[in-house]
Amino acid sequence: MVRYLARRVIWAAVLFIAVTLVAYVLFFLIPNDPAKLVAGKAATDADVKRAAHFLGTDRPFYVQYAKFLDRLVIHQNLGFSFANRQSVNSIVGNAAPVTASLVFGGAIFWMLLALPIGILSALRPRSLLDRASMTFVLIGISAHPIWIGLIFAYFFGFKLGWTPITGYCDFINPSTDCGGPVQWAYHLVLPWATFAILFAALYVRMIRANVLDTMNEDYVRTARSKGAPEHLVLRSHILRNAMLPVVTMLGMDISLALGGAVFTETVYSLPGLGKTAIFGLNNNDIPTVEGVIVFATLAIIVFNLVVDLLYAWIDPRIRLT
Amino acid sequence: MALLEVRDLKTHFRTDDGIVKAVDGVSFSIEKGQTLGIVGESGSGKSVTCLTIMGLNPKRNTISSGEAIFKGENLLAMSSSRLRDIRGNDIAMIFQDPMTSLNPVHRIGAQLVEAIQLHRDVTKRQARARALELLNAVGIPRAERRIDDYPHQFSGGMRQRVMIAMALVNDPDLLIADEPTTALDVTTQAQILTLMTDLQKDFGSAIIIITHDLGVIAEVADDVVVMYAAKVAEHAPVDNLFKRPHHPYTWGLLGSLPRLDADVERLVQIRGQPPSLLNPPRGCRFHPRCPYVMGICKTVEPELLPAGDEADHVQACHLDVATKDREAAKVLAGTMAEAS
Amino acid sequence: MAEATVPVAAATNGGVRGDELLVVEDLKKYFPVTRGIIFQKQVAAVKAVDGVSFAVRQGETLGVVGESGCGKSTMARCVMRLLDVTGGRIVFDGRDITRLSRAEMRPYRREMMMIFQDPYASLNPRKRVGFIVAEALEVHKMGTEAEIKKRVQELLEVVGLNPEHYNRFPHEFSGGQRQRIGVARALAVNPKLIVCDEPVSALDVSVQAQILNLLKDLQSSFGLTYVFIAHDLNVVRHISDRVMVMYLGHAVEIASRTDLYAEPKHPYTGALLSAVPIPDPEVGRERRRIVLEGDVPSPINPPSACWFHPRCPRFREGHCDVETPPLKSFGDGHVAACHYPLERWPMTEDEIRHATGGRVS
Repeated sequence: MVRYLARRVIWAAVLFIAVTLVAYVLFFLIPNDPAKLVAGKAATDADVKRAAHFLGTDRPFYVQYAKFLDRLVIHQNLGFSFANRQSVNSIVGNAAPVTASLVFGGAIFWMLLALPIGILSALRPRSLLDRASMTFVLIGISAHPIWIGLIFAYFFGFKLGWTPITGYCDFINPSTDCGGPVQWAYHLVLPWATFAILFAALYVRMIRANVLDTMNEDYVRTARSKGAPEHLVLRSHILRNAMLPVVTMLGMDISLALGGAVFTETVYSLPGLGKTAIFGLNNNDIPTVEGVIVFATLAIIVFNLVVDLLYAWIDPRIRLT
Repeated sequence: MALLEVRDLKTHFRTDDGIVKAVDGVSFSIEKGQTLGIVGESGSGKSVTCLTIMGLNPKRNTISSGEAIFKGENLLAMSSSRLRDIRGNDIAMIFQDPMTSLNPVHRIGAQLVEAIQLHRDVTKRQARARALELLNAVGIPRAERRIDDYPHQFSGGMRQRVMIAMALVNDPDLLIADEPTTALDVTTQAQILTLMTDLQKDFGSAIIIITHDLGVIAEVADDVVVMYAAKVAEHAPVDNLFKRPHHPYTWGLLGSLPRLDADVERLVQIRGQPPSLLNPPRGCRFHPRCPYVMGICKTVEPELLPAGDEADHVQACHLDVATKDREAAKVLAGTMAEAS
Repeated sequence: MAEATVPVAAATNGGVRGDELLVVEDLKKYFPVTRGIIFQKQVAAVKAVDGVSFAVRQGETLGVVGESGCGKSTMARCVMRLLDVTGGRIVFDGRDITRLSRAEMRPYRREMMMIFQDPYASLNPRKRVGFIVAEALEVHKMGTEAEIKKRVQELLEVVGLNPEHYNRFPHEFSGGQRQRIGVARALAVNPKLIVCDEPVSALDVSVQAQILNLLKDLQSSFGLTYVFIAHDLNVVRHISDRVMVMYLGHAVEIASRTDLYAEPKHPYTGALLSAVPIPDPEVGRERRRIVLEGDVPSPINPPSACWFHPRCPRFREGHCDVETPPLKSFGDGHVAACHYPLERWPMTEDEIRHATGGRVS
């Protein structure tokens, strides 16, 4: 167990350095000087130089990268935005809860949809329900989230007026006119649904296939031969085994989505990590982009670790050595 | 009265290609404490017969008819809750592949306890004590420590012992064993067969053993049913079947077997392949492969009747007894004419 | 110990006769067990094959029996050079092929072919039967397209398939027919040696008989040499001229077919023979069985000295667990690795009871 953790941490560090370094290198390949942006349109060459010195972009990129690492590791500080001099820590700190709300809420949403539909259609293959759910899967997988988002916003938000079309309300600290759990959920219902459609479709298909496979396993027949009633067979013998791969996928999908649910955030103007990253890219704002990358990488690493541990706990055949 | 009497059992599966008649009119009976062997090749319907008795076929596409009278009740006609009471309690089953027949995510102790608590109103502690008793009885070394292990921590032979323990835990009257040793090595097979016959003496259960291996049949069975293409070809006491086999298919099976105790240059080979059960041959189902085929075989289906003077030795073949005895003697001498 | 030092080929063969097609000496195949955080280091080895020696004469069949995990399939893959060996020597047709490179092996590939266990998995489902059988011919550039087609149809006929089925896919055939396709594929390039790895264990008995008869017929028409691997002692007895019994990566006994089955010397061979069910209830009731306790030990951590000693009914403390038994000769090419070989077969009930401490079955 300790060895396993040690191996995971070392790999995580290697991965972390690789990802952040690649991001830095890519940035320096873009022929755009952030100093010019900072110095403004009317700036002289000297102004730009001063701005570059102030930002540190006049140094070779490896020096900048080393400083970035030093700040991050020693001071847990992601630096300051080139664009508006805000602390990147606080930029990411503000954006992360928005994305987290979207992703975790969305995950709950899609699992609430996918679990019953997937299980029921596996129990009654070729039934009306099964065919309907397969149609849903096809639509969910084919339709682009931006399109779904726009359609939802138009119908539920604009035409019916059931939900707000854009915006985000903080769960705990109301900053503006709206705030608190009710407003928070109210503003997020449409983004959740939009975000969940694609994943719900994928998960219905996966859960259905897993349950169908597991129902044909020999140990399910054994359970029936013991005289176990169907609900017990389903709960204790089919679902537990059928959910093993679902847990893995769920962990990977959530951690990926935390890196930025770009499309959904764009449609609903949610100030999350995806929007922040796009803003950073548009403004050549390396610290902000690196900040999002660092956060996303950490999220993926931590989540995968959690999933592995969870998997080892529910599947005794996996031994973490 | 027989413990289990199966009459004209039919199991048909609806498939996209049509109706597969997997079992098509099978009858046999088994007495208390007796061992009945069902032998046949893959697709002969031997496993489906037992799954039908247990009510374990998928409901969606299965049509069953006939009767299976167990202690006066028809298993095929009873409610599913009554059948669940009987399954695992009065009739238990063990399966071919011990590697896949135990649930990989539950400890073996929990799986045995589940089997007990489904039928007995006992505490977990009592159930566990009973589980441990059975694990010891089937020869699991250090059972008190291994009871909390998971299936993957056991070898194939040990897992089959666990399966046997789980089947016997409620002291069933009938144990159905579907190819219980096919997936095992020969020395492990010997251990398991010995164990099953020993336990039968202690528990007094009747056993139906399904296998493709005539050697296993000869070793454990009292009575043998030979199945071919969803029907019974021959049914006889074990000594009779091996000494005086009456059906050409049985001869083919015996002759195609290489054996330790006899030398033959060439094995008898039954020509062709088993027929499709979607569209089985008319008349005798074996006639397209039978070297003794006559005109009548192609049109009239033979009935299951005694061929000679022994009432308990029945077979379904049109050949006359004199021919049967002559040809059977040749098979046993290893000189059966090659059927090709 | 004197017996152990004679040249292995001689010991296993009753003297080198000069007509050996395949000589294997002290073959070893270890699979490493690794562990490490970033750099994997070897911490143990699975000794799948650990010092096996035997020879196969031109035109004969050497049967190899053993239970799962005894190393018989690994041994076959080493002989075919599908796996790199850890140690030992493989001499095929007078030439040492142990360390030949891929390119150097190529001319030998058409002289030694293999038939696999699973007729479902070993044929590419997306290729037509004609292509599957012709592949080796094309790889070795043996003839024009028309010649190859003619040859493939001949081969299909030889193995008892309809040559018209040239264009069908494997899934259109039954298990037995697929195994015939496997045989035709192996025969295509006129090999000298065919290694059959459990070729009939996935088949029903009546189909098994068809394939066994086919293999025997082909051997007598084409003068083939077989190494025939199986776990079924009945099948091995039927097809083999000589038989090698393997246990935990070692050859524990090699003998002619008649000697091995009539007078086994190694207690493991005895236990195997006595475990085989005989399809005759009278014989079965007469027979007494040597019941082995427990399971085969792990090849990662095999028992010391004699590999069989923890399960052996004739185990003597202080000898069998201390000194590794060499292959001893019992005359006429019959060798066995045991300090206390069986004197009589079948053993009497008293002998078994004495040996097993009271257990008779």
